[in-house]
Amino acid sequence: MVHGKGWGFVFAGVFISSIIQIAPFAYGGPKAIVLATTTSTQDSGLLDVLIPLFERKTGYFVKTIAVGSGQAIAMGQRGEADVLLVHSPSAERKLISDGHGIGRRLVMHNDFVLVGPLEDPARIRGQRSAVESFKRIALARSLFISRGDHSGTHAKEKEVWGLAGIKPEGEKWYQQSGLGMGQTLSVASEKKGYTLTDRGTFLALRRNLALEVLVEGDRTLLNIYHVIEVNPTKWPKVNARGAKALADFMVSKETQEVIRAFGVDKFGSPLFFPDAGKEEKDLGK
Amino acid sequence: MDLILEGVKKAFWLLITFDPEVMGVTLLSLQVSGAATGISLFIGIFTGTLLALSEFRGKRFVVSLVNTGMGLPPVVVGLFVTIFLWRNGPLGFLGILYTPTAMVIAQAIIAVPIVTGISLAAIQQLPAKLRLQILALGATRRQMVWMLIKEARLPLLAAVMAGFGGVISEVGASIMVGGNIKGYSRVLTTATVMETSRGNFDVAIALGVILLFLAYLVNLLLTHIQQRRRPR
Repeated sequence: MVHGKGWGFVFAGVFISSIIQIAPFAYGGPKAIVLATTTSTQDSGLLDVLIPLFERKTGYFVKTIAVGSGQAIAMGQRGEADVLLVHSPSAERKLISDGHGIGRRLVMHNDFVLVGPLEDPARIRGQRSAVESFKRIALARSLFISRGDHSGTHAKEKEVWGLAGIKPEGEKWYQQSGLGMGQTLSVASEKKGYTLTDRGTFLALRRNLALEVLVEGDRTLLNIYHVIEVNPTKWPKVNARGAKALADFMVSKETQEVIRAFGVDKFGSPLFFPDAGKEEKDLGK
Repeated sequence: MDLILEGVKKAFWLLITFDPEVMGVTLLSLQVSGAATGISLFIGIFTGTLLALSEFRGKRFVVSLVNTGMGLPPVVVGLFVTIFLWRNGPLGFLGILYTPTAMVIAQAIIAVPIVTGISLAAIQQLPAKLRLQILALGATRRQMVWMLIKEARLPLLAAVMAGFGGVISEVGASIMVGGNIKGYSRVLTTATVMETSRGNFDVAIALGVILLFLAYLVNLLLTHIQQRRRPR
């Protein structure tokens, strides 16, 4: 049994040392900021560039929780995040009017594009109007894959259906994936369906997809990102100072320049267009 | 198909170059799942042995609960742990949501029923007369329990493997309570999910290969211990 005991010590050693190594990280303290954001900002790699810059500059430690905009806003509503970077304008306005969010500021935009199979059964290629294209898809009863997950993209899609005066839920040609953008694109590609996607995710995944951009450039399809601080008077546990610092950083001049340059080397064109200080209604003009 | 080959190549490359990010992620996976398995062993072997050795009304009910718990869905565990650890939740004062500590807790909750269930079965399958025999030789009750555990050590090692295998491969709870924060709470499984959604399938496959390799190494070690000495 000597050997048995030896192994016992090995395991105990590994176990204890792992606890010790993890323990010092247990408390975030006043230097930790919880940033709830959308998957598109993380999946595009933008935050991997911006967050280390911010951390080096300020000494804060940012916990980036990348979820759909719906969930990110819900986290703000419950005071479980300090600051939000999201793209779901109507839900954001509600968060502000409910008093849970403050200091909503425009950060950047890019756009949504309507993608679909090369065969384009609903014949929407080159359409200028997103609403008109959605009508044609409904008329042709062509397969449309929806995120169905209350994300910012899903919210935009519902907005366009609303403008078109169509209620697609429950229709046979309308399917909800309930997945993130990347996986939803894969589903659309495999099933030869149409879907609405942010341009960044589509560009990143394009080489693995049998889909192409069919409709783009419509003002309705703008994808606008705002930063919002969670209201500390409603939620006392919020790191208000850290949230303000991160929000200020997002709209600062240098950061906006980094956003402008991001992705140019990889995709040949920027993924996001910086908009700090502008008005939402002036975008895309 | 070539994608898989690409991924395997990438895995080797990341491993032999000691890519610092991959190494960090791998180490954290080992630490979190190792700690969770350790905790679940203390609780699970104790509870399993206690259940096996005691008779009471409703024991079958409790055992059926444990057996159901062996299949606890990680996302459900993750959801409950998240709600408990929320700042404004019942355990919010701890301030440990989105930390590796929270991941250890969630994984331990997943592993405890697995270890308990297997320990229970391991102790129960020992011949009933063995207990009487040990007691007749003048052992105290505590000594008797200790001898039974030693006697059942081979199936108990299976409990270690099952527990560790269960937690190192789960993703649902880790991503919810850990947040997949770069360089802090990102483990192999959550990194794989993220790389997949980024479309970096080769990196995702590489991480998957590393995860399998790691699980294999740990099980190889445990199997080695288990099989070295055949019983009697």
